[in-house]
Amino acid sequence: MSTFLGIPAPRGVGHLRGDRSFPDAARGALADSQLRRNLGHATRVIRGKRAAVVGELDDWEQLRLAGSALKAATMARLDEHLERLEQEVTARGGTVHWARDANEANAIVTRLVQETGASEVVKVKSMATQEIGLNEALEAAGIEAHETDLAELIVQLGGDLPSHILVPAIHRNRAEIREIFLREMPGVDPELTAEPRKLAMAARAHLRERFLRAKVAISGANFGVADTGTLLVVESEGNGRMCLTLPETLITVMGIEKVVPTWQDLEVFLQLLPRSSTGERMNPYTSAWTGVTPGDGPQAFHLVLLDNGRTAVLGDDLGRSALHCIKCSACLNVCPVYERTGGHAYGSVYPGPIGAVLSPQLTGVEDNASLPYASSLCGACFDACPVRIDIPSLLVKLRAQHVDEQRKRAVPSAEAIAMAAASWVMSSPRRFAAAEKGSRAGRLLGRRAGRIRTLPPPLSAWTASRDAPRPPSETFREWWARERGGDS
Amino acid sequence: MTARDEVLGRIRAANAAAGHPAPQEVPRDYHRAGAHPAGAPELLELFRDRLVDYKATVLEAPADDVAKAVRAALADATGRVVVPPGLPDGWWPDGLAATRVTDDGLSPADLDTAAAVLTGCAAACATTGTIALDGSPDQGRRAITLVPDVHVCVVRTDQVVQTVPEMLAALEPTRPITFVSGPSATSDIELERVEGVHGPRTLIVVLTG
Ligand code: SF4
Repeated sequence: MSTFLGIPAPRGVGHLRGDRSFPDAARGALADSQLRRNLGHATRVIRGKRAAVVGELDDWEQLRLAGSALKAATMARLDEHLERLEQEVTARGGTVHWARDANEANAIVTRLVQETGASEVVKVKSMATQEIGLNEALEAAGIEAHETDLAELIVQLGGDLPSHILVPAIHRNRAEIREIFLREMPGVDPELTAEPRKLAMAARAHLRERFLRAKVAISGANFGVADTGTLLVVESEGNGRMCLTLPETLITVMGIEKVVPTWQDLEVFLQLLPRSSTGERMNPYTSAWTGVTPGDGPQAFHLVLLDNGRTAVLGDDLGRSALHCIKCSACLNVCPVYERTGGHAYGSVYPGPIGAVLSPQLTGVEDNASLPYASSLCGACFDACPVRIDIPSLLVKLRAQHVDEQRKRAVPSAEAIAMAAASWVMSSPRRFAAAEKGSRAGRLLGRRAGRIRTLPPPLSAWTASRDAPRPPSETFREWWARERGGDS
Repeated sequence: MTARDEVLGRIRAANAAAGHPAPQEVPRDYHRAGAHPAGAPELLELFRDRLVDYKATVLEAPADDVAKAVRAALADATGRVVVPPGLPDGWWPDGLAATRVTDDGLSPADLDTAAAVLTGCAAACATTGTIALDGSPDQGRRAITLVPDVHVCVVRTDQVVQTVPEMLAALEPTRPITFVSGPSATSDIELERVEGVHGPRTLIVVLTG
C-alpha cells in the first residue's frame, strides 16, 4: 500500500466523472437493444481484424515485453525525460507550458488562442483535451472549437459524448449518423444516403473549407520523444495532418506519461499501436514534427504538458502501470462488460477496462467508486494489452482500497452490507442451507419469464442492472440428500 | 512555485513513494533487422502486396525512365500538377495535358485547386506498406502532399526496407516526417473502411530502380 497522497484531477471541470454511478448508467444501456447491436457488431469486426494482423508477427510477445519494459523505465525517470523534452522542443523553436490540472491547462490554451486573435480553432481528436473539458472552456471564452475526426464530428453534431477511445461514435449506426448529418450539417445534400462512403464524403465537404481557413489548431499527441523533441500524432483520415500542417499556430496538449525516451523506442510502439487498435499493419497517416520548421507547417508551436492527477497515479506502486496505456482500445474491444454497456456507462472519457482502473485513480477512488466493479475479471483485457498492463490485478486492488475506505466511514454502503451478509451466511453450513431454501421464494418472483427482474434490497443492487436466473425448485443440498440417502 | 517545478516535484515525490523503481532493462529481442536487404525482390513483392491491400495503385518503371510511369499515372490529370522545388530531372513526362507548377509556398486554396502532386520519398517499409516523407527537396513541404487529391510518389527500390525499426533508423527525426500507409481512410461508420477522407483519395506509387 502506498502512503503518497498525490493531487487528483479537480472536480467540476472536464470529463473524468459521470453524473451517475456505473450500475445506474449501465442499466439504461442494457435496455437499449439498438446500442447493443451496434456495439456487438463493431467489437466483433475489430477483434477479428486485430487477431489476424497480430498473428502475422512472430515476435509479438517480444514486442509486448519491450513495450512494457520501456514504459516502466520511462516512468522511473519521468522527470528527466520531461526536462529533456522541454529542452529539445525549446531549442527548436517551440514553447513549453506546464499545467498542474485541467483548470490550468484550459486557461493556458485559452490565453494562447486569444493571443492569436482567432475566434475559432480546428481540433484533431485528443483524449487529453476531452479529459480536461477544453471545448467547454473555449466556448465560455467565445471561441468555437471544431472537432475534425469523423467520429468526433458525429459526436459533436449529435450533441453527444464519445463512447470509445478509438471509434468515439461506435454506439451509432449509419442510419443514425445520416439523421444527425441531415439535421446538423448546413448545406448538406438532402438526398444523402446512409452509405458509409456518402456519409464520409459529406463530412469531407463540410470540413474542407474549415481546414483551409483555420489559423489555429489544437491537437493531442500519441508520443513525445525526449531526446529529439519530436511529437507524433497517429491517425487515419488526414484531419490530423490538416490540423498539424495548415494553420499558423499549433497548440498540443500532452499528458506527461506520453513521453518516450528515444526515437528508437518508437520502433516498438509504432508496431504495437496500429495492430492493437484498428487492426491494421499501420495506420494510414502518422505525422512527426519537432519544434518549428521554417517554411513548413505552423510557425508557432506550443506544447502544454499536463499533470491533472497523473502524478497521483504514479505514486502508487502497482497502480502506476495504468499510465503505461497507449490508448489503443484493444481492452475495450475484448471486454464482455464493455460490449454490453458501451462506453457512456463508465462516465469518463476513458471507458472500458482501462477506464475502470485509470479514472478512479485520476479522480481519487471515492469519486468513481463503482468503476472497479465494472468488470468480470475474466482477464481478456490483460491478454489483449500491447503493453501488458495487468488490469485485473489493478481492479482487485482498487476494490480493496474502496472497501477499506468504506470501512472507515460511519455508514456502510449497500455493497458492504450485501457482502457482509453473504459472508455471514456462507460461513455457517446451517445458515447457508436455510438461505438456499429461502431462495426458493425467488421462484415465485420469477415465475413468468424464468428470470427475476428485481430482488429485495440489498440484493436489488445486483438485479438493478442484471436479471437473476430463477433459483431451481430444489437446492443442491436437497438433491444430494435425495440422491445419496441423506448422508451428507 | 511555478507549475513546472511543482509537477516535476510531484513526479519525484511519487517515484519516491513508489519506492524509486529502478528503470527496467528493455529486452530488444524482437526483429530489428529484416531477413532481406533493402530492395530485395521478396521485399518488393511484399511492399506491392501491402500497398494494393490499402487500395493504392502500384506502377513499375526502369530507373532511367521514371517519366513513362508518371505519364501513365497522370494521364487523366487536367489543370495543374504541383511538384516540389527539387524534383529530380527526368521524372516529369512530356506531352501531359496537365501543367507543371513548382511549389514556392502555394496557399492552401491554391493547393486545393491542383489536380495532383508528384514527389519522391525518404524511405519505405515493406512489412507495413509504409512510405516516409521527410520534407527533402524532392518531397517538399508537408502541405503539398496533403491537399491535392492525387499523390504520385516515386519510390526507389533501394529505399524499401523490411522492418519498421529499419525504416525509422533511416530517417532524421528532427525533420518534419509524414508516414503514409495507403490513401486516407476512415473506419468510423460501423467499422466499414472508406478510402479517402481529407488526405489524397488516390495514392499511386511508382516503384523504380
Ligand atoms: S490498457 Fe492496454 S489494451 Fe487497454 S487501451 Fe491501454 S494499451 Fe490498449
